[in-house]
Amino acid sequence: MKRLLASIPLMLVALGAGLPATEAAASDTFTISIKDHRFDPAQVEVPAGKKIKLLVKNLDPTPEEFESHELKREKIIAGNGKATIIIGPLKPGTYKFVGEYHESTAQGQIIAK
Amino acid sequence: MLATAIIVFREVLEAALVMSIVLAATRGVLHRGLWVSGGALAGLLGAAIVAWFAEAIAEAASGVGQEVFNAAVLFTAVIMLGWHNVWMSRHGRELASSLKHVGAAVRGGTSPMYVLAAVVGMAVLREGSELVLFLYGVAATASGNTGGMLGGALIGVGAGAAIGTTLYLGLLRIPSSRLFAVTGWMILLLAAGMAGQGAAFLVQADILPALGQTLWDTSALIADEGVLGRVLHTLVGYTARPYGIQVLVYLATLGVILALMKIVDRNPGARLLPAARATSPASR
Repeated sequence: MKRLLASIPLMLVALGAGLPATEAAASDTFTISIKDHRFDPAQVEVPAGKKIKLLVKNLDPTPEEFESHELKREKIIAGNGKATIIIGPLKPGTYKFVGEYHESTAQGQIIAK
Repeated sequence: MLATAIIVFREVLEAALVMSIVLAATRGVLHRGLWVSGGALAGLLGAAIVAWFAEAIAEAASGVGQEVFNAAVLFTAVIMLGWHNVWMSRHGRELASSLKHVGAAVRGGTSPMYVLAAVVGMAVLREGSELVLFLYGVAATASGNTGGMLGGALIGVGAGAAIGTTLYLGLLRIPSSRLFAVTGWMILLLAAGMAGQGAAFLVQADILPALGQTLWDTSALIADEGVLGRVLHTLVGYTARPYGIQVLVYLATLGVILALMKIVDRNPGARLLPAARATSPASR
């Protein structure tokens, strides 16, 4: 029992070490910032046919919800926070997204090529 | 103000629909109003806590904590809805007949009311935390227009509650002998839809394979973001562009709950209630 308990931290370390490594290999990361309720860049070109990662940084003090029906994503990003959104593999095309809380200004698109 | 009303309405709608189904499904149960409102209050409290820790949750599990959290809440609700239906497949008939005879409260002391109260709480928790964050954001930016925001929020809550009430009143028109059969099916579909949605969250977290990114696309017919799409999403789990695994989990949940309901209904030996045990001492 003691040995089993002692091995738990080891397993956790193994798990923790394993996760980022596989993710880094599987995906490319693209960063989008939110400032004054606008996305920057508002157009992101990503490779089609592979899994990618969006890192959305919210530089505003208020929360925002990244929403895209075409990408099937709804994710809240805290004020001055960031969120990781894993998407794809995408077919080539244009995918719109908005900040649901400020839909009039926070608009952008992902172009998969 | 209108924008606020629309967003609040979207978030309130699902919780309102879940609540009205639960209220109809528990007709005749003692203190159900207390249980349901208690569940909703606990959900609100939880929502405020989740909103407060939103950033910590989002950054947990290598940045997909929000998806994992949502999936966990959904799957818990699925288990409870399934449990309710299995319980009802044993006791529904007694409950329906006493509802007919007594008309008022049933001695439903063993009814798993806390199970459904928790389901209401979880629906409020998930939608409520987004609502709290949104309203906080509006309040923090538009400090001069708090009245407009409050007005919009009230309109949104009112509209959501109105649709929930309409569904509830509609369900009450069903004769009491059929009521639990209908609410049983609704809860079954509710559970399957939630399970599918939970699976979709796990796909988004890159934990489950999608098994087909878009099995079909009916967004031109009924869009997810429209009122009809949202109502159907909650009631029967409608999704305009479902993942393959979402449909698979949906069907599997339907199958498993139905099978459990059949097994429990047919096998009197599996009775767990003290009253039932007393009638069959030979089984000991």
